[in-house]
Amino acid sequence: MIWVDTLVQGILLGGLYALFAAGLSLVFGIMRLVNLAHGDLIVFAAYLVLMGVTLLGLSPWVAALIAMPLMFALGWLLQIGVLNRVLGKDILPPLLVTFGLSVALQNGLLEAFSADSRRIPAGALEGASLDLGIVTVGVMPLLTFISAIIVIVALNALFYHTALGRAFRATSDDAVTAGLMGIEPKRVFAMATGIAMVVVTIAALYLGMRANFDPSIGPARLIYAFEAVIIGGLGSLWGTLAGGVIIGVAQTFGAAVNPEWQILAGHIAFLAVMLLKPRGLFPRAVD
Amino acid sequence: MLLETHNLTASYGQFRALFGVDIAVDTGECVAIIGANGAGKSTLMRSITGIIRNEPAMVLHWGEPIGARPSAEIMKRGIAMVPEGRRLFPSLSVEENLLIGGQARKGDGPWNLEAVYDLFPILRERRKNAGTALSGGQQQMVAIGRALMSNPELLLCDEISLGLAPVVIRDIYAALPKVRAGGTAIVVVEQDIGKALAVADRVYCMMEGRVTLVAKPADVTRQDIHAAYFGEAA
Ligand SMILES: Nc1ncnc2c1ncn2[C@@H]1O[C@H](COP(=O)(O)OP(=O)(O)OP(=O)(O)O)[C@@H](O)[C@H]1O
Ligand SMILES: [Mg+2]
Repeated sequence: MIWVDTLVQGILLGGLYALFAAGLSLVFGIMRLVNLAHGDLIVFAAYLVLMGVTLLGLSPWVAALIAMPLMFALGWLLQIGVLNRVLGKDILPPLLVTFGLSVALQNGLLEAFSADSRRIPAGALEGASLDLGIVTVGVMPLLTFISAIIVIVALNALFYHTALGRAFRATSDDAVTAGLMGIEPKRVFAMATGIAMVVVTIAALYLGMRANFDPSIGPARLIYAFEAVIIGGLGSLWGTLAGGVIIGVAQTFGAAVNPEWQILAGHIAFLAVMLLKPRGLFPRAVD
Repeated sequence: MLLETHNLTASYGQFRALFGVDIAVDTGECVAIIGANGAGKSTLMRSITGIIRNEPAMVLHWGEPIGARPSAEIMKRGIAMVPEGRRLFPSLSVEENLLIGGQARKGDGPWNLEAVYDLFPILRERRKNAGTALSGGQQQMVAIGRALMSNPELLLCDEISLGLAPVVIRDIYAALPKVRAGGTAIVVVEQDIGKALAVADRVYCMMEGRVTLVAKPADVTRQDIHAAYFGEAA
């Protein structure tokens, strides 16, 4: 029954990738913006949580709760101050700007925190596990996966059942006509990026508690997030979870065969899905 | 005056589309704007609603210069538009398309979801459908209902009869008196001169970016209109 164990570990790992990807997916779905600094923003948030823990002596959960509004504000300001100015018909300027932001964040973090790898101490949860009969799962991976589901359910509820979500969808359809409805696209985009940064904070919490991180690891997380979003179909949040799970499962099975194959197997699964379904598993009808 | 334009000019890049347009609409009025393809009617509507930004003093709302304000602010002041081509949001259902029209401004007046469904009963049956899954006439009804949801002071309708069958046009035009009864002034942009003259208190005719005729429907002859519309003596 070793393969059942591998499968379950892979699915749970997919939850982490889905958390990395959910904010990216949200922002892309609303404003067709690919934020190349997404991974570095996750790392930045992880340092923010770490500071709450080390400097203020807070538990990681409380530190993350405090980091969320700060990250929301950062996202809002980033959108209003920078990204809104470069969004337009041409997709290149926002790519260049977020790439620049990525480099700047990495260097800033290196300056502030050095290249040493760090970890958010999770106390007793670290290494704790739960015996489910057929398989034994780590408490931390399980919490990550549950959090991913909660995040996606919450984002979907926001997207499909609130006035703000209606404004998100309308603005994404047709920003000019949304303006005629009294909606200010730039404010809507700022809200979206703010919310994406709250999700980034949750991703950062688990990233930092589960593994070591240092200022340089952002781009690698971005790749997993990207692959999860693209496998799922651009703009579909459940698709993003499915994408994360596919990469996670491919990685654990790859690692089960040969530990060196873990990362490669994830990328191969991504390519395989792209060959079979170039638009992803759950593409949106209108694009 | 509820809304005035003063010497309004507008361009698309190098191309000048409006050359000093003056129109005025007062509370409760229904004004029609007619003109051939390319006369600048839609450009005038886009300028009023802030899709095209102008000099502040070119558009006045209760005497206040609003020519440079963004669309969202104009809408919140109570000027709603049914845009050319309807422009429903494809990701939103019929009901959501209506709701979004009243989200940023509720306004005082009779219009809400129920009132719009009473005005266009077919929409009640179709409320869960995607807005874009409807027939052209039904889509036009959604676009009008969406604009009414904010209980606007002024409703701008850009070619609401375009591409629709005569019976459907009749149904849609039958809604306009009810809109006026609710206290909303109306501007209808029309290519159908007969329709325009039938509903309007005042008609403006445009040609090549200029107003070529202003008149009360009762006072104009076919010759006047022909000359103003095509720029030649009949
Ligand atoms: N987006 C645009 N870019 C460049 N020129 C434009 C644009 N929109 C309109 N024009 C030009 O401006 C002029 C006025 O166009 P406008 O759409 O206002 O006319 P209209 O009276 O609404 O015509 P129609 O009855 O066909 O809708 C036309 O010559 C048109 O070609
Ligand atoms: Mg037009």
